[in-house]
This record gives sequence, structure tokens and C-alpha cells, in this order.
Amino acid sequence: MARISLKDVRKSYGSTDVIRGVDIEIEDGEFAVFVGPSGCGKSTLLRMVAGLEDITSGTLSIGDRVVNDLPPKDRKVAMVFQSYAIFPHMTVRENVAFGLTIAGASKAEKDAKVAEAARILQMEPLLDRRPSQLSGGQRQRVAIGRAIVRKPEVFLFDEPLSNLDAALRMDMRMEISKLHKQLGTTMIYVTHDQVEAMTLADKIVVLKGGEVQQIGAPMELYHHPVNAFVAGFLGSPSMNFLDVEVVEANGDAVTVRNGALDPVTVSRASGDYVAGGRALLGIRPQYLVPAADEAASALHGTVGLAERLGTETIVDVALKDGKSLIAALSQDAILEMGAPIGFTFDPAKCHLFAARSA
Amino acid sequence: MAMISGENHGLRLAVRYAVLGLIAVIFIFPLVFMVVSSLKPDQQLLLDTKSLRAFLPVGDISLDNYVAAFQRAPVGLFIFNSVLVTGATVLLSLLVCSLAGFAFVFINWTGRELVLGIILATLIVPFETIAIPLLLLMSKLPWLGLDGLTWGWLNSYRVQIVPLVADGLTIFLFVQYFKDLPGELIEAARVEGATWWQIYRRVVMPLSGPILATAAILKFLIMYNQYLWPLMVVQDESYRPVMVGLQYFFQLNRAWGEIMAYLSLITVPVLGFYLVLQRAFIASIASTGVKG
Ligand SMILES: Nc1ncnc2c1ncn2[C@@H]1O[C@H](COP(=O)(O)OP(=O)(O)O)[C@@H](O)[C@H]1O
Ligand SMILES: [Mg+2]
Repeated sequence: MARISLKDVRKSYGSTDVIRGVDIEIEDGEFAVFVGPSGCGKSTLLRMVAGLEDITSGTLSIGDRVVNDLPPKDRKVAMVFQSYAIFPHMTVRENVAFGLTIAGASKAEKDAKVAEAARILQMEPLLDRRPSQLSGGQRQRVAIGRAIVRKPEVFLFDEPLSNLDAALRMDMRMEISKLHKQLGTTMIYVTHDQVEAMTLADKIVVLKGGEVQQIGAPMELYHHPVNAFVAGFLGSPSMNFLDVEVVEANGDAVTVRNGALDPVTVSRASGDYVAGGRALLGIRPQYLVPAADEAASALHGTVGLAERLGTETIVDVALKDGKSLIAALSQDAILEMGAPIGFTFDPAKCHLFAARSA
Repeated sequence: MAMISGENHGLRLAVRYAVLGLIAVIFIFPLVFMVVSSLKPDQQLLLDTKSLRAFLPVGDISLDNYVAAFQRAPVGLFIFNSVLVTGATVLLSLLVCSLAGFAFVFINWTGRELVLGIILATLIVPFETIAIPLLLLMSKLPWLGLDGLTWGWLNSYRVQIVPLVADGLTIFLFVQYFKDLPGELIEAARVEGATWWQIYRRVVMPLSGPILATAAILKFLIMYNQYLWPLMVVQDESYRPVMVGLQYFFQLNRAWGEIMAYLSLITVPVLGFYLVLQRAFIASIASTGVKG
């Protein structure tokens, strides 16, 4: 077990900067999730922790050792790859025991440890099969088995569920969560899926363009995103952003409005707003409440497409100013396309961000 | 409908077999001619070439030519020499060239692109152009043998083996094959704690059956057919390989029957090699599951 610390870590391929100075601290036993859109550098960062990519500059420590120049084999990490990367010419047993074989473990030791890993992952019946005889989910288990059998100090997962179908993905997500509780080992998990991030993480690291956007517990990031990117990335459906005009800025209270929005006063978390300037108002779809009386509402539009999911209704709303937004109504509702609709919302649940740069 | 398509299928199969059969015949006839002729006295052999009798073991059939061939030249020794030199070169070549390919594909080191480029550039250099300088080099190399330190490698097995072990083509074949192996397998092995050597031994080699067989076949053919190089570096009969041995039969009193007998004899190891390798080839594909 070990804590991991990245200090001003950078990575460039020639003149392309892929990781642009990243500071992350992961506590011993923590489940950290790196999340961000495709191409933001998640895998690169993970592979640097594993030792598969050189670190251009900065300091990477695992435990109390600086590991910048240590080869992967000396880092006491185990990794589960997106493609599973199990060896096709070996049986499941040989795959799981690979690290032990390499380390010269005795047959008795290997048998005992493989048996235990197989028990934890419920794959005893598979041990003598070849990878070509396994389904995607089973291959995944083998890859995880190979990782846990060596008792590494850190587990690294690179989008391990992205090749599985939706139902299996949910099962495996829960199993990975259980595994973490059972083993208590530090884990870093990379995904572009915010649901995986929200459900698995003790600590989420949101990345974009090779830079850390925000680090924190899932709910902290959900409720207090520091910028529009984080706010929009976490939560489903995504947060709505309204381009608004600042009517009045009075201490922490900022009043904003636009063509579809009656003036509303929200409290600012950060940033400078001046009367007459522009800003971005973020409202999660769940916090929009349809007003019984259109006149009493703060936000005006007409009903577009509605998706009825039973527990929830997702409505696409065409706003009066020509923009659109998504509302998630908490019960089943029958809405007529084109009918006028108005919403109220709690200003305390809104987020104010700097305007998008033109 | 089913009937018609069934017939159609049958017809297509028949045509395919006919074409394959024809190709097989074209390839096999020279071999049949060689073996059949080796059994005939020279006069009959030459007469028979005017008719299809050339391909039939008819008339005055005997093993006399084989006896004569063995009297004329140490055939067994030549075959032994060739098998030894070829076998050793093929094995060493598989080892050296696959290790080189491994280093070029999986290990990150400064200058690897450049070095690989230079090695690939040697593909366009004909052996004949380097034969003389190589000969001079070989004549000056030291060797620590049973009788102490000696100078000059001429007249030996090693002079026929060592300079021909590594070649650009074989290295290129391994490089191409290794590039197509899933890189995450190698990375997984690295994270699991394997050294480069362990990765080579336990991951890459077991997955390389098809390319090992291909490279072995190519190298075997090149080595077994060596003529110019051994002619230059081996004067001593005891190290002479089969192709150079053919000279014995083109000197005074040329005897075609004996030539055919000699050729038949030196073809046997080639067939043996093919059979063994074919089986290994199929077994390796079946066990690695690289295909399918
Ligand atoms: N070997 C490389 N050479 C150049 N650019 C690379 C290389 N590997 C990755 N990149 C770039 O680095 C960025 C981050 O890649 P990656 O870490 O794989 O993203 P993610 O895993 O978040 O999708 C991408 O823009 C990618 O094109
Ligand atoms: Mg990735």
C-alpha cells in the first residue's frame, strides 16, 4: 500500500505538450478516478505512473520513493488494460500466475495464490481454459486476477469496462468497488465515463487538455464545480448553461437575466462580474421545476422532444431567446410538443461562471 | 435451385482441383525426371529424353549411378557438412535476428530508427559486392581453439556460418511481425515484473511460431543453396558443402546419371526439413490461437 504524489508532472512528445504540469496527491488506500474527455491525457498519466512512459519533467513518488526513473517492474504496481492484455498462449491459470512465475515463486505458492484470486473473482471453473474460450467479462476477470495475485501496492485501471456491454459494465463496476473495499489497496482508475467516476471514486481528478481542472470527492465536484467544464462534465443529463447579462453585481450577490430568463439573483462562488458584462449561468436539469402558472415562472420556453423514462421525463425545451435547454422532471409527465412551458428554480442551486470567451 | 447450385459448386471444385493438379504436376515433373533418370544408364537416359519415357522408370533400371556417385565424391560428407552448416546457421539466425527485431520494436533506445534504417539498407547490397572484403576479413580473424590461438577462419565450418547468421531480410521479417503483436501484451508483462529477456522468452517467442517457421524456411533455402561463398572460403574437402560438391560431377567424363543420383541424394534433407517444419508450423498456429 502506498500514497502517490505527482508534482508538476509534464509530458511532451516532441513539441506537443500532452500533460501540462499536473499536481495530484492520492492517499494510501484511496480510490482515485481520472476522468475527462477522450484525448485529455488520462492514459498517458496512468502509463507514467506505471512506468510505461517517461516523465518529461516533474516528480512522481509512490510510497516514499521517487520513481521517475524506475522501470515498471520495480514500482510494485499492477495494471489492467483496456484490451485486457491477457496472454493468448497461456491458460487462465498461467496468466494469473504470470507475475509469480516471473518472480520465481514455488508451485505450491502459485497454486495457493491463484486459488485465492480465483475465489475472490469467482472464476475457479475457468482456470484451465484458454483466453480464446472466454467471454469479454471473463477475460476482464482474468486480467484483474493477474493484477491482484501479486499483492501490488497500487492498482492501475485504464478504461477496464469500456469493451463490455452495458449490463456487464454495471456488474463489473460494483465488483471493482467491492474489490477495493476488500483489498484496501490504492487504486487509480481511468475513464471517460462520468458515471463510473461518480460511483467508484473516493477522489475524482477531472482532466482536460492535459491539465487538472479540479480534484475532490464526487459530491464536492458535483455541487461545487470550479468551472463550467467540470460542471458540465459531471452529472447526467449535463448541466444547462445560459448566456446571461449581468444586471447588477453587489458583493457576492449577482443579478443576471437574458431574453428567456427573468432577472434572478445568485451568489457568486468566484470570479469578477460587473453590471453590463456577460456571464454563464449553470442549472442542472434536475433542479428545473415546471411552474403551474406560466406567468409565475422565471424561465420561459416551449416543449420540444420529451423522453418518458417512467421515473423521469427528459424534456428538450426551446427557450424564448432561441436557445434550448434540457429539463429532467422527476415524475412521468405528458407534455404536448409546442406547448408553452415555464420553470422556476432555486437560485441557490445555480452556478455562475465566467462568460465563454468569444 | 439447390441442385443447380450444388452442381455449380461441384464444378467449381473440380476446376480448382484441376488447376491445382496441373500446377503440382509442373512442379513435380522435374523432380520425377531427376529421380527416374538417376536410375538409368547414361545412354538410355539421353535417348529417353525424346519421349515421355523420360518420366518413367522403365528399361535398364539400377542403383549403379548411386554407387558411382559415392565413389566419385564423398557424398555423405558433403551432405553432413551442408546439414550442419545450414542447421547451425538457421538456428543462430532465428535467435540473433529475432532478438534484434525485439530490440528494434519493443525497446526504446536512442538511434534505433537510424540503426534499423542502416540494416534495411543492406537489403539492396548484393552479396557479391561484399564477398571479397569479407573474405579478406575472414582470413585475418583470430580463433581460440583446441590448438591455441590461431589466425584466419578459412577452411572451417564457422567461416560458412558466422558471417551469414544475421541478415537484413530476416531482421526485417521479425520487425514487421513484432510490430503487429498487441503492444499491451508486452506492457502487461513489463508491469508484471518481467525482464526484457523474460518477455522475449515467455511472451514474444511463444507467439512467434508462424514467423519463426517462415524465417527458418527462407534461411534454410538460402543456406542450403550456398555456392559462391563456400567456394571462396573452403578449399579443404572436409568442410565442403553439397552445392560446391556438384563440381566433382562436371569435371572430366561427365556422367548425367551420376549427376541425377547426386542431386536426388542432396534433395532428401530438404524434403525432411519441409516435413518437420510444416508440422511445427501447423502446431504453433493451433496452440497460440494467433489466427482466429
Ligand atoms: N506516442 C505519442 N505521440 C504523440 N502524441 C501522443 C502519443 N500518445 C498519445 N499522444 C497524444 O496525447 C494525448 C493524450 O492521449 P491519451 O493519454 O491516450 O488520452 P486519453 O487516454 O485521455 O484518451 C492525445 O492527444 C494523443 O494524441
Ligand atoms: Mg485512454
